[in-house]
Amino acid sequence: MLSNITIGQYFPGTSFIHRLDPRTKILLTVMLIVCIFVSKGFMGFALIALFMLFCAKLSRISLKFIIRGLKPIAFIVSFTFILNLFLGAGTDVIWEWGVLSITKQGVRNAVYMAVRLVLLVTGTQLLTLTTSPIALTDGLERLFSPFKKIGFPAHELAMMMSIALRFIPTLIEETEKITKAQKARGADFESGNLLKRAKAMLPLLIPLFVGSFRRADDLAMAMEARCYRGGNGRTKMNPLTFAKIDLIAAGVFTALFAAIIVLNIFGIF
Amino acid sequence: MSDREYVIKAENLSFRYEGAERYAVDHVNLEVEKGEFLAVLGRNGSGKSTLGKLFNALIEPTEGTLTVCGMECKTEDDAFAIRQKCGMVFQNPDNQLVATIVEEDVAFGPENLGIASEEIRRRVRWALETVGMLEYRKNAPHLLSGGQKQRVAIAGVIAMKPEIIVFDESTSMLDPIGREEVMRVAKQLNRENGVTVVWITHFMEEAAQADRIAVVHNGSIAMADTPKKIFSKGQALKAFGLETPDMSYLAQELRSAGIMISDEIITVEEMEVELCRYKSNT
Repeated sequence: MLSNITIGQYFPGTSFIHRLDPRTKILLTVMLIVCIFVSKGFMGFALIALFMLFCAKLSRISLKFIIRGLKPIAFIVSFTFILNLFLGAGTDVIWEWGVLSITKQGVRNAVYMAVRLVLLVTGTQLLTLTTSPIALTDGLERLFSPFKKIGFPAHELAMMMSIALRFIPTLIEETEKITKAQKARGADFESGNLLKRAKAMLPLLIPLFVGSFRRADDLAMAMEARCYRGGNGRTKMNPLTFAKIDLIAAGVFTALFAAIIVLNIFGIF
Repeated sequence: MSDREYVIKAENLSFRYEGAERYAVDHVNLEVEKGEFLAVLGRNGSGKSTLGKLFNALIEPTEGTLTVCGMECKTEDDAFAIRQKCGMVFQNPDNQLVATIVEEDVAFGPENLGIASEEIRRRVRWALETVGMLEYRKNAPHLLSGGQKQRVAIAGVIAMKPEIIVFDESTSMLDPIGREEVMRVAKQLNRENGVTVVWITHFMEEAAQADRIAVVHNGSIAMADTPKKIFSKGQALKAFGLETPDMSYLAQELRSAGIMISDEIITVEEMEVELCRYKSNT
């Protein structure tokens, strides 16, 4: 049950999108998010959606896979949709019942909000699917390194993130092991109400916590033994370099950004 | 004595954990020769792992002196230099790999040393090739077997080009196949690359494969000699909470029953040869 979590799942490949510098991808994803939030109408969303489809096609990741990644947010999307639908402000009332009312503007807002959320997650998914966690943390470290001067712990954060990513599968494995061990001792994780089930998790969480502290201790020692002493004076096996493809990608994105702005200015929905 | 080169030299080396009454390492005098395969044998809590940590400068001696490759650990920079010369492979294969990709993990040590990218790539390739893990270089560590993970950990150490590698019970969490793999790589490094190996263990069968065994008991070196000599002292070993290998024990029993075969037998094969020789003589 635990092994199908898709957070930070990387889909190895050698496509155009895969080969982009992680810094480019991070910055462009941020730009895409801005696009999603500034665009006000159907045309804008359609443009972004088309563009994402294009990126997905380029990255050679199957659409099925991307859609499967949307499943966890299905609840949030429908929740915001319903909330916006019934509680949205507006004047053109279509249907009314007590405090609940559906207005034309409300319907539009609800649909746009849902579309925004789906696009947002798809966009970030494209980033994490095509960028290895190591490249991602590397990119973040490099992007934030100018802020080191004012005391921002860029290297430490990147290190923490990559260690966390490294240990997620290990801890999942351990959770499964402990679950089995506790079940063998008669623990019941499946029956009872929510509170009872939450309580039943306790004998699972405590060994997991204790275990991860021990792991942290071991790992810290192993890192020290391998001459780790922070980010200063460290080199990289594969230093990040911007290439021509990064320039092309940036150009394409700027065009998209410009198109969205133009659509907004001229009020084309 | 003078023509021998020692890479580790401990004189009255002692270490006491904070708040502990007893010394974990108690006035140890030990010399490790360059290119030697030394097994440090002792039961749980004997202080053998603490000794290993001292060699790697992970902890500082409370008393006495310890020289590793001619260096004493006085400052942080000394510790850094010593760790470069004396690498360490730990017990738990899961808890010593840092990166999410095998190759990146092997690069971790050299990256910390500030080596140029080009050279790191060369070293990573060489290290993975040496331990026979080159084909897994793009894999995620958690998908590997225990023995494979330990081999990656060894690659991570040798990529820093150390002169000594301390194996701190590196096989104790592995299955027999994994144990065999790790032992084979350690021996190969010792023989072909001239790396000095300090093999900390409580497995007799592993210690038996070393050039020399140092038996640790209550923080001090109780005996230090060749495996054959050590195992021939079955009674003494028992007092240190250690079991002699089955064949050594059998040899001693046979001798006490009047069958005078050699008392330096460790493996089944040696026993076979010796018994055949004995039979043809009588």
